[in-house]
Amino acid sequence: MTDPVFSRRDLLRLGLTAGAASLATACGWQGGPLIPALRGAAHLNDWVGEKVLFSRHRLAPQYPVSDRTPEKDFPAYSISRPLPQIADPAAWALEVGGKVRKPMRLTLEMLQAMPRVTYTVKHHCVEGWSAIGTWTGVPVASVVAMVEPTDEAKYLRFDTFDANYYNGWDRESALHPQTILAYAYNDRPLTPAHGAPLRLYSPVKLGYKLTKFLTRMTFTSEKPGGYWEDQGYPWLGGL
Amino acid sequence: MTAEPAAEQEPIPPEPIAPKPATPPRRPLVKRHHWIVRVTHWANALLLLGMIGSGLQIYHAFTHFGLRGGPYFPNPWDGKYFPDWARLGGWLAGGLSWHFALAWPFVITGLAYLIYLAVSGEWRLLLFRPSDVPRAIQMQLYYLRLRREHPPQGKHNALQKAAYTFIFLLGVISALSGFAVYKPVQLHWLTALFGGYELARYWHFWAVWIFVAFTVVHVALVFLVDPASLRAMITGWYRGRFPSHD
Repeated sequence: MTDPVFSRRDLLRLGLTAGAASLATACGWQGGPLIPALRGAAHLNDWVGEKVLFSRHRLAPQYPVSDRTPEKDFPAYSISRPLPQIADPAAWALEVGGKVRKPMRLTLEMLQAMPRVTYTVKHHCVEGWSAIGTWTGVPVASVVAMVEPTDEAKYLRFDTFDANYYNGWDRESALHPQTILAYAYNDRPLTPAHGAPLRLYSPVKLGYKLTKFLTRMTFTSEKPGGYWEDQGYPWLGGL
Repeated sequence: MTAEPAAEQEPIPPEPIAPKPATPPRRPLVKRHHWIVRVTHWANALLLLGMIGSGLQIYHAFTHFGLRGGPYFPNPWDGKYFPDWARLGGWLAGGLSWHFALAWPFVITGLAYLIYLAVSGEWRLLLFRPSDVPRAIQMQLYYLRLRREHPPQGKHNALQKAAYTFIFLLGVISALSGFAVYKPVQLHWLTALFGGYELARYWHFWAVWIFVAFTVVHVALVFLVDPASLRAMITGWYRGRFPSHD
């Protein structure tokens, strides 16, 4: 008689483990009953990203203009098809309100008259691609200084005229010096594909957080969701 | 179960010189793996499976490496998708949720194992050192059947030490390159260490295939060379032909 190398019980245990493992990977399973646990982990990751890793004083690296990705290769997404466009660009303005002392209505001319920031940075899409482009606009922090948010204003909500697309931001990331209300891409006014007339831009967040086709910027005390965030994408989207 | 028998320094397999007795003596049952090693081993196996499945789901969203517009880095899977059964999460958001949720347990498991090795002193039986090189060559010669008798060994042979040291380092590289891809601005120094965002993502992807190759060879060797080691990794107890200490 030779020794049994492993017992029937061991084999059963191995089988159960392997079974659970293969179940987990099979057929593009989303998580079923584990989805709430996954959400909890996502909240923890958002907290770590916002409170531990993020610093308003850490700037994203800039690149020479010669490193720009060819414009035809820089993807531009929107929800609406065809591309959302406003009927009367002259009538467009950004409404800034919510938990602020001085709500404002900012036209494109007003924004363009403010001190501008231009940088050439890397864009990171949640899909995994990256591309380099130059963006010009007004720091969100400058607008924040003008409207004077109250202490209750912990978050910002950005609304658009692109279907029901919207985004929620933490105040710290919004106040980052590289977070801007951009009106130009690669030295020319934004095209509709890139969110004309005005979009949010920042190298410290993933592309889906960089709201295009802006209409409203609202300071809130409650955490706003977001078009993709409500469907399961990370809320912070911080880089 | 009785206490661990003292010094069961068994001679390595070779056929007995004396004619076989009618009933060969049973090898003693010895404790081979601490529960922390066993728990972290199997937890790691499951976590790695989940990390790879969700990682392949994430890959699905952009099947190239390099800046948009290319040129893209060499990749046999460039532009290709992995089958449904290999992916976890169902869609990009699901894949990301799984990947980011399992990342912390993966790191914690690795740290727990590392701390156990440090505190118990067991790292001495596992760490591959320069002095192991000649022993590893002898072991390889044996596997290639260029050497007749099995080289003497302790708990692990020199090739095992090389493999187990390397695979732990690969885990460290996977975790670090993962953080480099996750926070390329806040952890810019780390991303730069991997050669930038696109390359960090590239190395992160290659680590997968090294893990897969390691696992295939690892499991094959368990059954071909030392099937008793499977029981040892499950229950902790071993009745095999190799010593369980150095």
